[in-house]
Amino acid sequence: METDVKLTKLAQCAGCGAKVGAGTLAKLLSDFPTRFDERLIVGFDKSDDASVYVITEDTALVQTIDFFPPIVDDPFMFGQIAATNALSDVYAMGGQPRLALNVMCVTADMDKAATQEILRGGYEKAYEADTIITGGHTIENTQPLYGLAVSGFVHPKKVLTNSGAHPGDILILTKPLGVGILTTAAKAEMLDDPALMNRIYAQMATLNKTARDLMIRYEVHSCTDVTGFGLMGHSYEMAQGSNATIHYNVSDIPYHKEAFEMAEMGLIPAGAYRNRHYAEAGVTADPSIPLAMQDILYDPQTSGGLLIAVKEEDGQKLIRELKDSIPCAEIIGYVTEKQDNSILLHP
Amino acid sequence: MKTVDARGLSCPEPVIMTKKALSSKDSRYEILVDNVTARENVTRFASHQGYQVAVTEQGDDYLLTLTK
Repeated sequence: METDVKLTKLAQCAGCGAKVGAGTLAKLLSDFPTRFDERLIVGFDKSDDASVYVITEDTALVQTIDFFPPIVDDPFMFGQIAATNALSDVYAMGGQPRLALNVMCVTADMDKAATQEILRGGYEKAYEADTIITGGHTIENTQPLYGLAVSGFVHPKKVLTNSGAHPGDILILTKPLGVGILTTAAKAEMLDDPALMNRIYAQMATLNKTARDLMIRYEVHSCTDVTGFGLMGHSYEMAQGSNATIHYNVSDIPYHKEAFEMAEMGLIPAGAYRNRHYAEAGVTADPSIPLAMQDILYDPQTSGGLLIAVKEEDGQKLIRELKDSIPCAEIIGYVTEKQDNSILLHP
Repeated sequence: MKTVDARGLSCPEPVIMTKKALSSKDSRYEILVDNVTARENVTRFASHQGYQVAVTEQGDDYLLTLTK
């Protein structure tokens, strides 16, 4: 449904583009004391998708939270996208989400129907993810926000962090890039292509559940979801955490063609420049790669796909299986021992 | 020569303002912005429209001179 007040007009930033830069956060947190607990197996360094806490020999708790301002005017679609994005962090750890709480801000002038539609979108996605929303917290704010705090479970030995990539792994990406640029262009009313935007919204509202359910059957060494820090930011964290170098064959990376044209037009969200600032020293790009393509690689993604580092033989089988249900999934690169730089972009 | 003051505005407004100004098809424009995103986005847009872009820092602001 469309309401009188355009939701995106109430938003100061678009989706995951609203995320504060990775470098900024690390600096703010660097001096805080942390209490050691041997059961907390992911979460000390504060740079993974979720924290993981061992409960028993075969069960660990996965916790995460994610919320952002509207990136689409349809409140039901916004709710679906925000919930999909929040649930994704559990999938990226190899986990199964189980319980969630709504995190919500509404403006004083938002009508009740819009608020209800946002929640309905969230509940629908949680249901699809076999996850129960048990409540939440809603306050008034100058801009609307929605998301979920999610708890899930994973076997402690099968946790997929963003820092376990091995030399020899191949890298798979399960959703095409460019949604940050395209939503910025749509907000600027410089892109009049409702069919394309509907495909983009549907992509953002697609759970990473299928990709997770398939990947956990193979020897996957590392996984993260590509969201606010863009492919380059998240890859930089994976390369550094794994003490390895990530190679991308840029021509194999799936992206929306229209995003290239919009990047040339300068319709690039601020988050892409923050991501470039954060990661660019770790990236060596072949000079033949056009600037607009590089902008797409830094583009913050809302509810992006999984970036999976998998043992090569398994990766070939996994991509065939993925392709049946996720045709846009592609092998985009590989991992080597640490070389001159963290990420090397080949044409 | 036309001047656009897009200071205080974030993406994508400076690009929209520049696009409107460029419809007069002059050979020279000056665009004033105050953040890196606007500087980079207006530079990309103007280059794509066939303009040469020169950037000068003026305190906390950036002056972009577009010529064709």
